[in-house]
Amino acid sequence: MSTSGTVDRAAGAATAAAEREALGRFEAVIGLEVHAQLLTHAKIFCGCSTAFGAPPNANSCPVCLGMPGVLPVLNRRVVEFAIRLALATGCTVARSSRWARKNYFYPDLPKGYQISMYELPIATGGGVDIVVDGAAKRVGLTRIHMEEDAGKNIHDAHGDASLVDLNRAGVPLLEIVSEPDIRSIAEAGAYLRTLRALVQYLEICDGNMEEGSFRCDANVSIRPRGATALGVKVEIKNLNSFRAVEKALAHEIGRQAEVLGGGGTIVQETRLWDAEREETRAMRTKEHAHDYRYFPDPDLLPLVVDERWVAEIRGTLPELPAARRERFVAEYGLPVYDAEVLTARRDVADYFEAAVKSTAAEAGAKVAGKPPAGAAAEAETKPAKGAAKPTAKAVSNWVMSELLRVVREQRLDDALTITNWPVPPADLGRLVGLVEAATISGKIAKTVWSEMLASGKAPEAIVAEKGLVQVSDRGALESAVDGVLAANPDKVAEYRGGKTKLFGFFVGQVMKATDGAGNPQLVNDLLRAKLGGT
Amino acid sequence: MKITREEVRNVARLARLDLSADEEAAFAADLDQILTYVEMLDELDTGAVEPTAHVVELETPYRDDEVTNQPDADTLLAGAPARDGTHLKVPKIIE
Amino acid sequence: MDLANLTIAEAASKLRRGECSSVELTRAVLARAHAVEPRIHSFLARCDDTAVAAAADADARLARGGDANPLTGIPIALKDVIATRGVPTTAGSRILENFVPPYDATVTARLRTSGAVIVAKANCDEFAMGSSTENSAFAVTCNPWDVGRVPGGSSGGSATAVAAAECLGALGTDTGGSVRLPAAFCGVVGMKPTYGRVSRYGVVAYASSLDQVGPLTRDVRDCALLLGAIAGHDPLDSTSVDTPVPDYAAGLDAGVRGLRIGLPREYFVAGMQPEVERSVRAAVRTLEGLGAAVTEVSLPHTRYGIAAYYLIATAEASSNLARYDGVKYGRRSQGNGGLLEMYRRTRAEGFGREVKRRIMLGTYALSAGYYDAYYLKAQKVRTLIRRDFAAAFERCDVLVTPVAATTAFPIGARTADPLQMYLTDVCTIPVNLAGLPGLSLPCGFDGAGLPIGLQIIGAPFAEETVLRAAHAYEQATEWHRRRPQIGAT
Repeated sequence: MSTSGTVDRAAGAATAAAEREALGRFEAVIGLEVHAQLLTHAKIFCGCSTAFGAPPNANSCPVCLGMPGVLPVLNRRVVEFAIRLALATGCTVARSSRWARKNYFYPDLPKGYQISMYELPIATGGGVDIVVDGAAKRVGLTRIHMEEDAGKNIHDAHGDASLVDLNRAGVPLLEIVSEPDIRSIAEAGAYLRTLRALVQYLEICDGNMEEGSFRCDANVSIRPRGATALGVKVEIKNLNSFRAVEKALAHEIGRQAEVLGGGGTIVQETRLWDAEREETRAMRTKEHAHDYRYFPDPDLLPLVVDERWVAEIRGTLPELPAARRERFVAEYGLPVYDAEVLTARRDVADYFEAAVKSTAAEAGAKVAGKPPAGAAAEAETKPAKGAAKPTAKAVSNWVMSELLRVVREQRLDDALTITNWPVPPADLGRLVGLVEAATISGKIAKTVWSEMLASGKAPEAIVAEKGLVQVSDRGALESAVDGVLAANPDKVAEYRGGKTKLFGFFVGQVMKATDGAGNPQLVNDLLRAKLGGT
Repeated sequence: MKITREEVRNVARLARLDLSADEEAAFAADLDQILTYVEMLDELDTGAVEPTAHVVELETPYRDDEVTNQPDADTLLAGAPARDGTHLKVPKIIE
Repeated sequence: MDLANLTIAEAASKLRRGECSSVELTRAVLARAHAVEPRIHSFLARCDDTAVAAAADADARLARGGDANPLTGIPIALKDVIATRGVPTTAGSRILENFVPPYDATVTARLRTSGAVIVAKANCDEFAMGSSTENSAFAVTCNPWDVGRVPGGSSGGSATAVAAAECLGALGTDTGGSVRLPAAFCGVVGMKPTYGRVSRYGVVAYASSLDQVGPLTRDVRDCALLLGAIAGHDPLDSTSVDTPVPDYAAGLDAGVRGLRIGLPREYFVAGMQPEVERSVRAAVRTLEGLGAAVTEVSLPHTRYGIAAYYLIATAEASSNLARYDGVKYGRRSQGNGGLLEMYRRTRAEGFGREVKRRIMLGTYALSAGYYDAYYLKAQKVRTLIRRDFAAAFERCDVLVTPVAATTAFPIGARTADPLQMYLTDVCTIPVNLAGLPGLSLPCGFDGAGLPIGLQIIGAPFAEETVLRAAHAYEQATEWHRRRPQIGAT
């Protein structure tokens, strides 16, 4: 079945504004529900390990297997993590919250109920600040609560049975429910990325959607633009990546617009995202609406959290991404874009700051020899000969392009916190300093960088070994330029006659004459001056 | 009737219990009798009464975030009705 | 010397003086079981060999000396809802017919640590749901005083085993009266501690907010000893309290002078068997004679207890029993259908009638649209019942009531009408709803020679007061010395 024009247009919309246009007289109302798997050592209600990759059912015990007579006991760190996130999102932490049983039958649910929270969650209110197309917006949070994860069902090789692995049963989850404040796919993406960065900063979750430690379900409805009442909402499940979320939202919004536009009504239901066919479809098994029969879990007492503990946790919160981003702009003078990229991961932000602070020379000092000033200098390494304290922007450029490229290639960012950087931040900082002092050209720096990656040596050592100090001596370059012009009179004439493309040829010849060590900017300037304008 | 046959069927489905037609009828009668009996609770005005959450007053008990269990799937699954290695095996959902 | 008829205290004394060994004691009760089991069926799994081995270990420990634990070497039976590592634990149900737990319940572990000898698993109503032990999937336990009558339930086998001297003490569980009622019907002492006093870890859950493990013994001193061996905080049970366990036997002889006894008028129900009422009132006069002061009190919401209980307990049970699904352990039905059919047939075949009835009632009480009217309403009425008791305990130290309106009824007499069976628990249920300690001890016999029980209810964690009052009454009477003659028709 072909998708409608609305769907196509919505899917192809590049900005929130374009999305709005594609939707015509409707507006989308989206709420997102995220389940974040917590990085505790042990499960939420027993002493089994949460470590990934164990043999099936190795991480199990009578409690998480739901054997007769067993009882849950709450892992304190799960509550601590929940409070961390609650504080970081400005939620109200409930003094008393309550565990509830959510009752249903499934092989991956050993007790026949999930211990979750229902009427009294641990946190409410609060929100996540996002920026989309330059506009800031706060997406409210309805609630945050804790619950246990279920195990895993897989189909066996013969196809006539399912295999159940309960290692994951009992792993702690935070369920984070947003208000239906999201109005576009762009906002949805921003919300998810911001929330993911936040849980990573807080070191409570590694935020890996593909591996299932950060899951998202979406609630989507549309309504005539300007209306206040909510339309019928559809829940979308089976979203395994940010891209899937974006595509599924686009498709579903388009589908609903088409239905309503054609005079139909939306059925309240749960639809699954089919990543292959790129469409949402109603669930095949015609299940009667779940009646979860929630009631307070009698095996667990009300969770009472005192102010002192909350204050303690508040004191251990790291600088959060939004604050760090703003500080990067204010303190380092970085463009917002750079600040966003650098603070997307806490470890990258830490790396950047370490690199910027890595040399001792005062700002503006060009060449080694000027004594470093201030006590701060003691903590920093001495600048190499011909180095300068790198500007933040220059370091940012290098981190964003060269460093992150290697990080991605080597998949170092699979880890929650990168510790095995290919190049220490101080080395990268000093490399940039060498460029800024014009000791080496930017192009040469790339060569040095490759060598740093390969050998692990410091930039100064490589520059010295390979004699890569660039020629910035005006006199030497002038004579090289003169030599090249003299050797190519016909080309000079052609150039002066209008063939400006030949400029590159002259640059190449001068670089050849200087063994590639000519300061490109100077070479350029000199050539222009001597060739003259056309 | 306080509870219809249809409701009995629905409850049995929620509780994953197979009932024969005779059992359905018998349970309907039993539940009807009991539900009629418990109606006496409506005689009491409980508008201002808090439900009992717990009869015991305690500070929230916790455990430390420590792995204290050793893997022992073979022992724990020794009585499993069906296994495939250390996986539990169950019939597939028939759609 | 008839070792099997010793009390725990007497046996402990003899063991320490070397007048007998635990092996002798254990063999005596095992022989006794061998003789009487065909008539009364107290037991499911029997642990003869491991019991004798444990007895030998106990003897070695006693020989080493320096051990003051009164339970060392004492043969005890455990209700079959209490997990015992390596020994089948069925909860009286087909669905757990083949279940052998790889763990002990905490109470089991504590008894083992104290050196007690576990001789058998006692029969009970399936999943502790019942008042007569007629709902066990495996056997009907018979009252040793009259084998044509029920022993009470759901801890019937635990009570009969103590009454018939097949063990010196037993553990049962009490959710709505399931220790106190069989104790009364079988002429032994049975106690339900304050909720949270004894760990529930490893005890097959029926109604989590009501269940408690309790001792059944020949006399009150034994009850104090057995309670002391199992009580106390358990980090594996989030509902167990962390208050110290007193020496329950220490204050037993303090007497009841000045003790304020309340008699709740609502417990002397219309239609009580006259002999029951007479015996209970006579017992109260005995206590008065010993120095207690008696006043009538009112617990006005008593009659709503059964209705509230059968909504709360069944709701919790419907959820607790969802784990019996044929996936991880226990019975799975054969068949070629899919998952849904497996669930439905496994549970239909594995659960008995009463269990199904309660699961359905509980599921209904929690279901959408009915939660407020049933479950929530019942929890509010529960609060009213708790307030009744709290008010009474401002003026009284203990409350004294009958345990049941009648003595043991014939097997089969109340099985046709579930509601009629439920009404058996009218005097015991409110104590569970309020989480209070309650004890049953013999206070007489009716014309047919059937035991009559007296209930003593205390304030939260006032087990010592309850035991003291019970002991004073017991020592002023001879009821506890009577033994059933098994074998009489």
